[in-house]
This record gives sequence, structure tokens and C-alpha cells, in this order.
Amino acid sequence: MGEILIALGEAGRLIVGAEAALVEIVLLSLRVSLTAVLIACAFGLPLGAAIAVGRFWGRRPLIVIVNALMGLPPVVVGLFVYLMLSRAGPLGQFGILFTPAAMVIAQTILILPIVAALSRQVIEDAWQEYREQLRSLGAGAMTSALTLLWDTRFSLVTIVLAGFGRAAAEVGAVIIVGGNIDGVTRVMTTAIALETSKGDLPLALGLGIILLTLILALNAAAYWVKEGAQRRYG
Amino acid sequence: MLPLVLDQVSFAVNGRTLIDRVSMEIAEGPRTIILGPNGAGKSVLMRLCHGLLMPTAGTVEWRGARNGRERQAMVFQRPVMLRRSALANIAYGLKLAGISPREREMRARDVLEAVGLANIAGRPARVLSGGEQQRVALARAWALGPEVLFLDEPTANLDPGATRDVETLIGQIRAGGTKIVMTTHNLGQARRLGDEILFLSQGRLVERAPVEGFFTKPASAEAEAFIRGELPWK
Repeated sequence: MGEILIALGEAGRLIVGAEAALVEIVLLSLRVSLTAVLIACAFGLPLGAAIAVGRFWGRRPLIVIVNALMGLPPVVVGLFVYLMLSRAGPLGQFGILFTPAAMVIAQTILILPIVAALSRQVIEDAWQEYREQLRSLGAGAMTSALTLLWDTRFSLVTIVLAGFGRAAAEVGAVIIVGGNIDGVTRVMTTAIALETSKGDLPLALGLGIILLTLILALNAAAYWVKEGAQRRYG
Repeated sequence: MLPLVLDQVSFAVNGRTLIDRVSMEIAEGPRTIILGPNGAGKSVLMRLCHGLLMPTAGTVEWRGARNGRERQAMVFQRPVMLRRSALANIAYGLKLAGISPREREMRARDVLEAVGLANIAGRPARVLSGGEQQRVALARAWALGPEVLFLDEPTANLDPGATRDVETLIGQIRAGGTKIVMTTHNLGQARRLGDEILFLSQGRLVERAPVEGFFTKPASAEAEAFIRGELPWK
């Protein structure tokens, strides 16, 4: 018990002192996961809206598949991206394995289905309410989808954050395609895994605390944004 | 674009016939009330007229000159307000009708002024009262300058005060030269707002008559029973 308390104290010192090694890891984590979220949203939100509004062949199977992909195991995604990017793989020529770019790709694949599936649900619910009115005003599928994306914006914020939380918290995919190289691809989760197995508890705990605080703060912010907006805009 | 001619129009869902071989002509001029008990098919018939539903048999045809969706508008029982200001809701309809941004703003302000809601122009539409929302919905439809306005039980969810406001506004729109076609199951409203009655029962057009004749001397047994049921003291 005493050992843990000492480690906790040491972790606090690392955080308060903004230790360079720690800051570097945190910043890389944020850069990788935020980029992944951005890309996943750029494709996932329009995809969700298209599936919600569209009437095309194979729509139902597609919904089931996208929903199922929400449960993708990170290590499997890591393995898949690893095979694609390895020297012998189809994308090996780019030489981006064990770089932050590879980690962004893996996390994007991981959270794209989350963003698409959850936004599809939210937008489809709104579509039920809006459909006749929008059609009456002469809106086509494209206009309807854009209108719904805008009108559900406060709910979509929560979804985007769910995606970010998943990306920032996963370790399986980034450790495989990133390799946990000190100063290059070491992020919070991979560092925690490594330091714990090495027995360096202070750094692991410090990073763990930062990770938790970050996720908590983001979700609190999202909650207040949504609540405030809902009160104001209905 | 009037007259609107329905020829042997039927509409069935999953083998259940909701509209059964209705033939009629809706002409310029008189305010047309589609009357009938719940489940008679009033709303379905109106959606067939407006083009939100396609008949499973028969034809719906606009026989006049200058046809097009933008020449007709519809207001629903539950107003669908977009998550933006009252003014922006009206401008949205104008945008879909292809009006330039500057004219949109001007026309939206004018119409809000005309319906007596200039003071709430900037308020988020979804937090307005039910009566205000329905008036914004009417203003949104009116701003399009429709030749025909379909109203589907526009006051069914409103209290007497708001109902009076909405009825006044309908009168205003009518005075501007727009043909009114409205469904209701409220006999008092049918009398106040109607010139001619289309009486619907179990998906069939049972009777068509001027308002006064219909209430004093209904020709069909169904209409007589309906009036007696609704006005048991007669």
C-alpha cells in the first residue's frame, strides 16, 4: 500500500512539474486521437446521414454491418493495418509503419463505425419527425441530410466525443502499428502498458490520471454544451 | 395550377385500403373542408393531393397552367420546427424555393410581421409555444406564396386561444388569394372556416356539399350519424 502511495505522490509531482517526457507523450496522444476523430467524422457523419436518409438496396444489411463494426477489437484492427502497411503489404511502399500516421489510420478505422452507426441512429430519429415537412418544402435527399446534420448538431457532439474517448483509451491497435517507440510513437496508453510491466508506477499512474481527467473533462464539457443548447434551442 | 383532379384514387398499405376509389375535383375559390371521423382517411387523402403519397391506383392530376411543387404548401398537425430561429425557419423554406439570400431575409421578416410574430423573429423556434409554432409553420408556408395551401388538422393540438389565432391567420392567408384545403373533425371549425364540405367515411368520399346544406340536410346516412354524434343535442 505504501508503495502505491509513494508512486501516487511521485505521479502528482510529474504532472504538476509538467515533466517533459510526460508532456510529450500526452501531446502525441492528443495529436493522434484528435486527427483520427477528425477524419472519422469527415467520413462517418455524412455516411451516417446518408444511411439514415437514403433508400437504397442493401441498406439494412449495411446498418447491421456498421453496428457490428462498433465492436471491432482494437488488436484486430492493429493487426489488419500492420499487414497492410508492412514492407510486404499492399501499402508497404509508403513506409509509414511505426509512425504516428499509422496510428492515426488504425484509430480512424476503429472509430469510423462508431461515429457512423451512432449518428445514423440520431439522424434517423430526427428524420422520422422531419421527413414530411422537408419533402413538402421540396428538399431532396442531399438537402435533407445536410439539414438533419445541422439540426442534430448537439447530439452529434456527444457522438464525436464517444469516438474520441474510444481512440484515446485504446492500446491494442496503436501498440501494434506504432510500436511504442520512445519519442516517436509512444502515447499515453502504450506508455502505461510499458511502464507498468517495467515496474515504473509513477509515470504509469501519472499518465493514467491525466487520461482519466481528460476524458472526464471532455464529457463534462459535452454534457453542458448539450444541456445548455437543448434548453436554449429546444 | 388548379383544378386538382382525382380519378378513382385508391391507397392501400399492406392490403388495407385507406382510400377507396375517390374521384373529385378541387377547384379555385371556395374553402374546401375535408371532414370525417378519426380513421376516415382525411390525412391520407390530403397527402395524396399534396404529393407526399403516391396512389396505389388511379391518378392525381393538376390540370391548370403553371404547375409545380412550389405552387402548393402544407401545414401539419404537429408543426415541425427546425432547430434555428423562427425567422431562419421561414428563410429555410424560401431557400429551398430558390429565393436569393437577401430577398429571403426580407420576405421572411415581412411575413412574420404580417402574422404578428415580428417580436419573436430571433427566438429559437423549438422553444416557442405550440400556438406560436403553428403560426410560424403557417408563415413558412405562406411566405412561399402558394396557390393552394393544405392544412392537416392545424389546430388539433392547440388550446382555444391559440386556435382562434390560427383561424384568424388562415383567414388572412385566404384573403391574400390562396386556396385553402383543410382537414378537421371539428364541426364548429368546419362551419367557421369552410365553404364546401367533402365528407369522408372509411376511405370513401361519401358526400360533397356546401357547408350550410351539409349541416342542415346531410344527404347520406353516414354524414347524418356523424353530425348527430358530434352534436348530440340536435
